[in-house]
Amino acid sequence: MTSSLLALSDLHVTFSTRRGLVEAVRGVTLSLGEGEMLGLVGESGSGKSVTGFAITRLLDAAGRITAGHIRFRGQDITRISAGDFRHLHGAAMAMIFQNPRAALNPIRAVGDQIADAITAHKRMPRDEARAQALELLRAVQIRDPEKRMAAYPHELSGGMCQRVMIAMAISCNPALLIADEPTTGLDVTTQKVVMDLLTGIAAERGMATILITHDLGLAARYCRRVVVMEQGRLVEEAEPTTLFHAPRHPYTKRLVAASPTASSRIADLVPEEERGRQIAVPVAARPQPAPGTPPLLEVQKLAKRFDEGAAAVADFSMTISAGESVGLVGESGSGKSTTSRIICRLIDPSEGEIAFEGQSIGHIPARDFHRSPFRKDIQIVFQDPNDSLNPRFTAFDCIAHPMLRLGGLRAGDALRQRVEECARRVGLGIELLTRFPHQLSGGQKARVGIARAIACRPRLLVLDEPTAALDVSVQAVVLQLLDRLRREDDLAFLFVSHDLNVVRMMCDRTIVLQNGRIVEQGESRAMFDNPKTAYTRELVEAVPHIEPELAATAT
Amino acid sequence: MQALGATVVRAGRRFLSSLPALFGVLVFTFLLMRVLPGDPAVFFASGPNAGKEEIEVIRKQMGLNKPVPEQLMLYLYDVGSGNLGRSMMTGQLVTKDLRERLPASLELTFTALLIALVTAVPLGVLAALRPGSIIDHGVRFFCALGVCVPTFVSGLLLIYVFYYLLGLAPDPTGRVDIFASLPPRRTGFLLIDFLLAGDFDGWWAAFRQLILPALSMALFVVAPLARITRASMLVSLGSDFVRTARSVGLPWWRVVVTYALRNAILPVITIAGIVFSTMLGANVLVEKVFSWPGVASYALDALLSSDYAPVQGFVLLMATVFVIVNLLVDILYGIADPRVTIG
Repeated sequence: MTSSLLALSDLHVTFSTRRGLVEAVRGVTLSLGEGEMLGLVGESGSGKSVTGFAITRLLDAAGRITAGHIRFRGQDITRISAGDFRHLHGAAMAMIFQNPRAALNPIRAVGDQIADAITAHKRMPRDEARAQALELLRAVQIRDPEKRMAAYPHELSGGMCQRVMIAMAISCNPALLIADEPTTGLDVTTQKVVMDLLTGIAAERGMATILITHDLGLAARYCRRVVVMEQGRLVEEAEPTTLFHAPRHPYTKRLVAASPTASSRIADLVPEEERGRQIAVPVAARPQPAPGTPPLLEVQKLAKRFDEGAAAVADFSMTISAGESVGLVGESGSGKSTTSRIICRLIDPSEGEIAFEGQSIGHIPARDFHRSPFRKDIQIVFQDPNDSLNPRFTAFDCIAHPMLRLGGLRAGDALRQRVEECARRVGLGIELLTRFPHQLSGGQKARVGIARAIACRPRLLVLDEPTAALDVSVQAVVLQLLDRLRREDDLAFLFVSHDLNVVRMMCDRTIVLQNGRIVEQGESRAMFDNPKTAYTRELVEAVPHIEPELAATAT
Repeated sequence: MQALGATVVRAGRRFLSSLPALFGVLVFTFLLMRVLPGDPAVFFASGPNAGKEEIEVIRKQMGLNKPVPEQLMLYLYDVGSGNLGRSMMTGQLVTKDLRERLPASLELTFTALLIALVTAVPLGVLAALRPGSIIDHGVRFFCALGVCVPTFVSGLLLIYVFYYLLGLAPDPTGRVDIFASLPPRRTGFLLIDFLLAGDFDGWWAAFRQLILPALSMALFVVAPLARITRASMLVSLGSDFVRTARSVGLPWWRVVVTYALRNAILPVITIAGIVFSTMLGANVLVEKVFSWPGVASYALDALLSSDYAPVQGFVLLMATVFVIVNLLVDILYGIADPRVTIG
């Protein structure tokens, strides 16, 4: 590192919260050269974003740098005044944020916002600033830039908003760009386009970049050097290949193992040393169904049109047999959530037949389905464990509720026993049952959601992105749990996800949806290894792999 | 321009959908007045010892001997043809009375709302910029004070200090000095009429009469406006786009005004609309204290003397004003927030 652009030495950041001081960053030391691209990887709460915000002095009012120094171009910027720092913001260092739509002013045209960023550092007439803004929109490859100048953020897609954000960040050619989870929440294909654009621009203009992400694969694909953070500390720093082939720190080992790759299996998600603790589940051989038995679920020519729009789902047919796990993948807007909701009878289809064990359930209106005996056979696990639990119900109430409503149980000892048994099955401590959702961690809430879904012993479980909101290490445990439950109860899964690597592990068969139509389906591994349609290939290729060479040879 | 057109269409649709509500208000007030105790015929008879026959005659004159449904139909027919009836108190048509008095109330309420907004928005912004600081607590104290003190008390206090002790304000009786000459009536708003007539001394005199009642009304509504400004400003300042604005190095005032405040002002517009309608009807106390010839004190007098027509006319007027103010708020909102589309 001949010319160090940025150097952190022993940085400590503390937040004052209601429960007292919380140290979010505890002694981070790292340096970054001109034009270098560094990946900063960690799970939620690791302090990676806080480090980024501390560098750019955008911490919340409660956060404070308590010790250590930040040197930028040799100058200590830890304690310079806010007025002096304003001249660095945008001009010398800029940030790109997660959730691009919220990061843009909702009531100001995007062209004006970019022009604002330009005129913040250069005196020029408004016309000239707008002309430069137009050039920037062109640089970030927005189609029809003249028209988009007057657009408001809500009129643009998430990927477009992120391009506008990039245009704002690079408007004054800063030497340092900090991208905080820039593609989280975007589709894989959009993620690839945005990341390619970002790295291209950074390389072209010689900007040093820090990519803050929870996704090891993403960091590996785009960064030469990756730093892993855990609980406010740097635990390991290496080139991506070394990091993934020979992780030294136990945390890195766990993280690498938990990140699903093209070749990983469910059992691999926990490192070897810890595997011993798991209880081996005896897998009963699935009895072959007698010939002539109808499949568990049969869907025929399903279609759904929302008022006056194009069809959200069209001509969708599938079957699931008992104990089978079927994946449903596609980008946002592909209709996968709509389909899964129709199948678990939360919304009504416009056309088509749904049969459960040979009996038609498609004609029962969704609002009456809770009275149907099939309600307890088809249950759902929702995407967001935070929003899908009633904040006024304890974990016990959440799990007991379906048993009271659908299982015909009354409050009493029998109910308590059943709830406790459910909690044990999902690995939720009995002592946690009295807690409210806000007193539980993300992983624990996910377990409550799963326990609630299996409370009435369903036959088919619809899982709508069950791990999308979880950290990879938690995801690993939850996926293992789901797989174990499936084997124990001979449950069938309809697994909706955007994460191809997860689907490949969890599902026997996978259906790929695009614009509401099935484009390809087949046995998961075979299909992803040898996609037949261009769209599936595009999806597969967009997934960032940890080990590109290895993934190529494994197939 | 297209967005503006859409807003107007939306506002028009809202207006049409509020017509049934107006009709309901009309019928309800009519029935309410019939149910309330008090017989107007007795009230307007020549004296306390008027004979039964005399009262009967008056009742017949007023049409009160007819059955209530028939009275209602007659009333609705009259309202439909623009006739709100005649006031027994003033002997004039209710429409004429209201037309004379509404500008006085509107002028007072507009001025008060303007004062309240000009005070409340900066106070709210200041409080939000330094939450928990001395300024924040000061603003909270001031707001609490404004809400706690009833308007007639603050009105009397203002009169005591500025008229009696300091002698700065003119005597609190009406809109102009009784000896001053009125400008030719064009809008009914004295401040505007004086300006149009080019009479600046008269304008100043009217302004001096207006300022104390307007202040005492404004004091009362500063609190909700300042609190909502503070709350929405806090949300706005903590939002991602303000962080973005800071991250690209925008000047401080630009972050606060162009980014935070413009977003935060949206709920303030809504609240201001509600506050305005409430003030217009509820400022009867201030009108009484300052002998202000407005519609609210007119309606109160009518109600006390069981004078049906003015009360019904007043309620209808208030309901209409409420609908119009909501329309204006809708249109303003549509202009201020591009996300609002036809819904």
